[in-house]
Amino acid sequence: MTATFFAIQALNGLQFGLILFLIAAGLTLVFGVMDFINLAHGVQYMVGAYLVAAFSAWTGSFGWGLILALPTALAFGLLLEILIFRHLYDRDHLDQVLATFGVILFLNQGVKFVWGAAPLSVPVPEILSGSVVIMDGLLYPVYRIAIIAAGLLVAALLYVVVSHTRVGMLVRAGASNAPMVSALGVNIRRLFMIVFGFGAMLAGFAGAMVAPILSVQPGMGDNILILAFVVIVIGGIGSIRGAFLAALLIGLVDTLGRSFAPNLLRLVLDPSAASQTGRALAPMLIYIFMAAVLFFRPSGLFPAKR
Amino acid sequence: MNVTIKTLGLATAVMLAASPVMAQEKLKIGLLLTLSGPSAILGQHARDGFQLAVKDLGGKLGGRDVEVIVVDDELKPDVAVTKVKGLLERDKVDFVVGPIFSNVAVAAHKPIVDSKTFYISVNAGPSNLAGKSCNPYFFATSYQNDQNHEVLGKVAQDRGYKKVYLLAPNYQAGKDALAGFKRHYKGEIVEESYVPLNTLDFQSELAKIASMQPDAIFTFMPGGMGVNLVKQYRAAGLADRIPFLSAFTVDETNLPAQQDAAIGMLSGSNWAPNLDTPQNKKFVAAYEAAYNTVPASYAMHAYDAALLIDSALKATGGKTEDKDALRAAIQKAEFTSLRGDFKFGANGFPIQDFYLVKAAKRPDGKLETEVVEKVFDDYADAYAKECTPTN
Repeated sequence: MTATFFAIQALNGLQFGLILFLIAAGLTLVFGVMDFINLAHGVQYMVGAYLVAAFSAWTGSFGWGLILALPTALAFGLLLEILIFRHLYDRDHLDQVLATFGVILFLNQGVKFVWGAAPLSVPVPEILSGSVVIMDGLLYPVYRIAIIAAGLLVAALLYVVVSHTRVGMLVRAGASNAPMVSALGVNIRRLFMIVFGFGAMLAGFAGAMVAPILSVQPGMGDNILILAFVVIVIGGIGSIRGAFLAALLIGLVDTLGRSFAPNLLRLVLDPSAASQTGRALAPMLIYIFMAAVLFFRPSGLFPAKR
Repeated sequence: MNVTIKTLGLATAVMLAASPVMAQEKLKIGLLLTLSGPSAILGQHARDGFQLAVKDLGGKLGGRDVEVIVVDDELKPDVAVTKVKGLLERDKVDFVVGPIFSNVAVAAHKPIVDSKTFYISVNAGPSNLAGKSCNPYFFATSYQNDQNHEVLGKVAQDRGYKKVYLLAPNYQAGKDALAGFKRHYKGEIVEESYVPLNTLDFQSELAKIASMQPDAIFTFMPGGMGVNLVKQYRAAGLADRIPFLSAFTVDETNLPAQQDAAIGMLSGSNWAPNLDTPQNKKFVAAYEAAYNTVPASYAMHAYDAALLIDSALKATGGKTEDKDALRAAIQKAEFTSLRGDFKFGANGFPIQDFYLVKAAKRPDGKLETEVVEKVFDDYADAYAKECTPTN
C-alpha cells in the first residue's frame, strides 16, 4: 500500500464528498431556512440525471444537455414547490415526511413510466473522455477530475453568494430566525421559493454530473439522500460551510475506511479475522462517525448561529 | 307447439352434450415477478418471454385457453406472500410461475406448495429449495443459483489463474455467488471484497484491484451496479489487462446500458441468444420483433416454463385435477427447450449444459452474449443429493 494508492483513494473520497456536498447544500438550506424536511430532495438528483440523459440524447451533446437540464431542474423544483411543498410549510414534520415520501414514490414510478425501468447511459463528453495514468496500470478518468473541479467551483460560488451578497445575507438571517426576517418586511415566502428552487437545481446539477459515470435509473436518489442527511446532521443544519466540510469528511472517511480498515486491523488481528472485521466495520464507519459527532457536538460541527 | 318443444329438447341435449368441452374453464396461470423498482427489467423480460410463448402457442397451453394473471412482488417477500395468496384463493390459479429473486421465492414457497399448486421458478433457485427443502410441487426452468458462478470458477481453474480478486455486494446472494465460484476454483484468492448493496461508484475498488494485480477478477453485480462496474472498469483501463469474469452482470438486461464497455467480458450462463438451435433462433427473432430488445435468459426461462406447462397438459389431456399425473408429466419435460438439452433432476431442478459466454456486438449494432465454449455437460446442481423426493 503505497503513498500513491493512498493519494488515489483520497482523490476518490474527495470526489464522492463533493457530489454529496452538491446534494447536501440544497438540503441543508431548505431544512435550515424553512424548517422543512424534504425527503424528495433525492429524487430531484435523479430528475437531474434523467433530464441530462434526455437532453443529451436529443441534442447529441452533453454540454447542451447540461445547459438545458439545469433550468429545467430549477423549473421542476419550483413547480414542486408551488404544487405541493408550499402547502406543507405550516404542517408538522411528520406530515412533511409523509407527503415528500409520497413524492418519492410518485416520481420514481414517473421516471419509469416515461423512460422505462432499464438503466440509461449517458456518454462522457468527448472533450473530457480521456484519462490520465496516476498509478501503475490504473487510469483515472479526466471526467472525474472535472467533477472535482466543478464541485469546488460551485462551493466557491456558494460561499460568495451566501456570505457576500444581499440574498445570501437574507438566507443566513432566515436560517437564524425566520419570523424576525419576515417581521422586518422581507417576503419570506419568496425567499423560501428562491432557496428551494436553487437547492433543487444544485441536486439536479449533482445528478447531471454523475450521470456519465453512474447509471441513470429509478430510485438512484434514495440511497444518496440518506448520506446527504448524515452530512447535514454532522455539518450543522442550515450551514453551507458545515455541509461542505462534513461532505468532504464523509467522502474521505467512507472511501479511506473501506480501503484501509482491513489493513489497519491486520496490525492487531490475524489476516482473515481482520479482513472479515474490516469488511463489517467499513460500511458502519460513517454512522459511527456521525454518532460520535452528535455525542460531542449535538448541533453539528458548524451549526448556523442562532 | 310439439315440434317446438322437441326442437328445444334436442337443442338442450346438444348443449348438454357439448358442455363438458364448453365448461372446461380457462387455465389460469399467475405470474409472480418483480416489475417495479430498479430490478424491474428482469421481471419484464420474464413476463414478455412467457406471454410470447403463449402467443406462439396460439393462446392455448395444452389445448386449453389461458388466462395469465401478472402480479408485481415489488421485490418484497411480504408483498409477494399477500399477492400469492390472492392468486391462490381469489383467482384459483393452476400454476404460479416466477419469481426472479430468491428471497421472494423462499417466502412464497410455503403458501403455494401447501395449496398443492405447481410452482415453476423462472429464475430463482435458492440452495435450500434444491436441497433439504425440495418439494414435489416446485420446479425450476432456470438453474440452481450457484451454477452460473461455478462455471466461472471452473474456467478460472482451467485457465490456470493463480490469483483472483472477488467482488460482490454484501448480501446473501453475493456471498452465495463467491461460494459458488470457490467450489471449482482452488487457486489463491487475493481479496474477497464486499461492497454495500446498490453501490454505484467502484473507483476505490478499482484502485485496489490495480494495486493487487490479480490474474483475473470475478464478480456478481446484478442490475445498475453491474452497469457501473463494467463502465468504470473499462474506463480505468483494467479491462484489457485483467480478465473480467462475472455472472448476472454482463447480460442482455444490462448490455443496452453498458454498451461497448462490456465487449469481450466473460460470463457464465445456461444459454445465449446466439445458441444455435432452430427453436432458439425463432424465439430470439420473435422476441426482438415484439419488444425491440435482445432477450435475456429470464425471457428464455419463462418461455420454456410455458412450453413445459403446455407439454404437461397435453400429456394429461388438459386436466390439472390429478396432481400426481400432472407432476409425472411435468417431470418428463417432454418439450424442446430453447437451450437444447434439458431434463429435470429428482429435486425439480434442470440437468443442463452450461457455457462460458462473451459479450459481443452483432452486425446490426445490438449487443448480446455469445457462446465461447461449453463448460459443463448435463450438469446437475450440488444440492440435489440432499433432496429426498417424498410424497
